[in-house]
Amino acid sequence: MATAEKTPRFTHPAARGTCPFDPPPAYGQARQEEPISRVSLWDGSASWLVTRHEDIRAVLADARFSSDSTRPGFPFISAGARQLNTGQPTFIRMDAPEHTHFRRMLTGEFMIKKVQALRPEVQRIADELLDKMTDGRSGADLVQEFALPLPSLVICLLLGVPYQDHDFFQECSRVLLRRASTPGEVTTAQAELADYLVRLTETKRTRPDDGILSRLVERGELSSAEIGAMGRLLLIAGHETTANMTALSVLALLRHPDQLDHLRAHPEAVPGAVEELLRYLSIVHSGVTRVATEDVDLGGTRIAAGEGVICMVNTANRDEREFPGGDELDLTRDARRHLAFGFGVHQCLGQPLARLELQIALATLLRRLPGLRLAVPFEEVRFRGEMLIYGVHELPVSW
Amino acid sequence: MLVRIDQEKCCGAGHCVLAAPDVFDQRDEDGIVVLLDAEPPAELHQAVRDAAAVCPAAAITLERA
Repeated sequence: MATAEKTPRFTHPAARGTCPFDPPPAYGQARQEEPISRVSLWDGSASWLVTRHEDIRAVLADARFSSDSTRPGFPFISAGARQLNTGQPTFIRMDAPEHTHFRRMLTGEFMIKKVQALRPEVQRIADELLDKMTDGRSGADLVQEFALPLPSLVICLLLGVPYQDHDFFQECSRVLLRRASTPGEVTTAQAELADYLVRLTETKRTRPDDGILSRLVERGELSSAEIGAMGRLLLIAGHETTANMTALSVLALLRHPDQLDHLRAHPEAVPGAVEELLRYLSIVHSGVTRVATEDVDLGGTRIAAGEGVICMVNTANRDEREFPGGDELDLTRDARRHLAFGFGVHQCLGQPLARLELQIALATLLRRLPGLRLAVPFEEVRFRGEMLIYGVHELPVSW
Repeated sequence: MLVRIDQEKCCGAGHCVLAAPDVFDQRDEDGIVVLLDAEPPAELHQAVRDAAAVCPAAAITLERA
């Protein structure tokens, strides 16, 4: 049995390699050589690093690995991330039964048939954004004009948040998700966003609408502060992830012209292609974190109670044992077992919405902009290596 | 094949509805799984096995699979 005295392999997060679509090479190497290994963190602490698909499914399905970030030993990727995860915890940082109680207040909002009913509305938003983007122009930043506003508009609509405030909440979001943000900066951004959402929630008490915030008010079970915290989670998770996944997917397709041609010729293959892009790009590069509440034997390694565990879902999604040729993008692959949305009872609540948005975003771009191409050399694209959610800062394209 | 679901475990991710919409649905009020057909016909068995394999909460169990 391995023990906690094992030497850390490297400091997490590790430096990126040459291909910006690939996880840093140190993680793939760990998966090959020592799939459950020790890494050191920014504050000198150590944590377990889990890199295989099968092991991560086991960890994330096991209630002995807690999501409660206030427990001693819980691993954080930076001081700012520690503040983000412990400041005003929502149900994603709770265990059953509290987690179940709060999550179930929202599961109905994102169920398949409800999300499918949004299709015409999301399509309309995508078309309007492209109308505006292409009007009299031959180039634009796809992030600012399409990939970011699309999910932002949709989540605002669902929550009942005025989209005209997007500069404010997107700036808060940038601070919260930047690894180098200080705990003070994170605290301020969290407080500003919390105040905003609590005030907004209060207005729903007198002027209810058809949004999620209003429905949470109507339940009568939660305080405005609790609803505001839930709203903050949904607002950030609802736009940052899809925005980055959309832009990164477009870039990956432009860099794989054969795959792009295949998709243009087979628009019915878009849903499967989205799953493969989720697998291949898996934008949660900082890892999914847990802490053991008791001693657990994980694939022959003993994880002791109180030790942190970081599940590298992006690396596991390249695991050859699960996805042969996993480092290759192959839009014809059945990639549905990917871990891009996590696994276990905490798996992404909004994934049906993310799928719908990604499918519509890609299908609409391919259909309407047959000449879509990168407007700068690939080497000049700025990747979000310093953010908790990976992607690109800008994507200059022309058509 | 006999399909069993556990509504206590279900986390409402909706994979089963995507994989096998003739066998699984979600409750209107909270998105929790509902079983439409506990003994699905043979042509749906693979889809049901897929649904059970991707269920993040292990809420689907199959007998005589």
